[in-house]
Amino acid sequence: MALNNPSGAAVTREQELIARVQRGHNDEFYELVRPYERRLFAAAVAILKNEADAEEVVQEAMLKALANIRQFRAEARFSTWLIQITVNEALMRRRRERTVAMEAIDEKQEDEPEYTPRDFADWREIPSEALERKEVRQKLAAALATLDRKYREVFVLRDMEQLNIEETAEALGISVASVKTRLLRARLMLRDLLASGWQQGWFSRLPFEKGTKPWG
Amino acid sequence: MGMTCEHVWREISNYVDGGVEAGLRAAMDEHMRECARCRSVLAGMRDVVRVYGDQRMLDVPSGFGQRLKRRLVRNARQPRWLFWTAWLVPVSAVLLIAGMVGYVNFSGSYHALKSPHAQPGKNIPPQLAVVMQPGARIFHLAGCDLIRNDHDLITMTAKDAIAQGFTPCTRCLRKYLSIVLAPRPPGLDLDGDARPLEALRRP
Repeated sequence: MALNNPSGAAVTREQELIARVQRGHNDEFYELVRPYERRLFAAAVAILKNEADAEEVVQEAMLKALANIRQFRAEARFSTWLIQITVNEALMRRRRERTVAMEAIDEKQEDEPEYTPRDFADWREIPSEALERKEVRQKLAAALATLDRKYREVFVLRDMEQLNIEETAEALGISVASVKTRLLRARLMLRDLLASGWQQGWFSRLPFEKGTKPWG
Repeated sequence: MGMTCEHVWREISNYVDGGVEAGLRAAMDEHMRECARCRSVLAGMRDVVRVYGDQRMLDVPSGFGQRLKRRLVRNARQPRWLFWTAWLVPVSAVLLIAGMVGYVNFSGSYHALKSPHAQPGKNIPPQLAVVMQPGARIFHLAGCDLIRNDHDLITMTAKDAIAQGFTPCTRCLRKYLSIVLAPRPPGLDLDGDARPLEALRRP
């Protein structure tokens, strides 16, 4: 979690770099962005659901950030500022590519019935080392991708980008209450998906269930 | 149990974020001590937050960083000198405009018009008197038909009238120019039309 809570020295270094770029050392801007590039990409993918578009959006967003670096004020977190620019850019891209009718359908879905958890078996904690395996990360990403866009966006900004509720609401242009409702549903849905992942052996240390013969 | 499971599930996300007030939190804690289903929901939700919040979940395509860096560096090349010289453009524009205004004011080039008739009279006889009516912006020479016999007529020298922005009336213009532009020996400052006010008024 070091990227979300940078040390005092890292913050000072970041502030010095920001000041240098603000004075015109634009060639050092990438060094400022590099610690956050993975989070920026995740935010763009959550909104666009397409890796190629997301990469292009991140590049465009960072060019805008560079062009406006002198408007950045130290009272804001630099990472949050970058994420908000990226989210804006991704939302603009999506609006350009979607019809008004589709946007209207999305908004209607806000009044869905409450989501009820389905799996009540004793929860087995997912081992941290399971995340070292790329196929596990891919399974988790695939589970996330099955969520509706509005739940996915909120979940990624809040739980993966570590924005707070208010920052998430501001970035997406929705109310705090909507963020809380969507976040609850996203978390409950993912919990059920991960519960079924246990049954399918996603998180097993071995590529087959204990007590079974993989060749059998 | 004071709370139902449904009530707990509605608040469980806020509970995980530490966003429920103390009374509600205590009630939820009490419910979950008794309810294995809600404990399972809570444990699973905490796991979801922990697993997806892990930095290892933030994968990027191969070469993503290099491509981003290349794009930024390509766009970053111009501006360092541009940053330090950007202020030169507006400052230069202001200086240029100020210089032009100053030149015009002090060199007299603003008045360097082509027609000699458009130039201010340089040979206006000092004693040449003219009259004007209050509120008008033109002056008349003696004998002009357009001078009304008005007690409020103002009189002054032609030189002062020109300096104050008055212009000759159309009837007087030819006569005025013939006086002003006529070559005169230096030192001769008289003019037959330099007469007192009473003499200027038509009988």
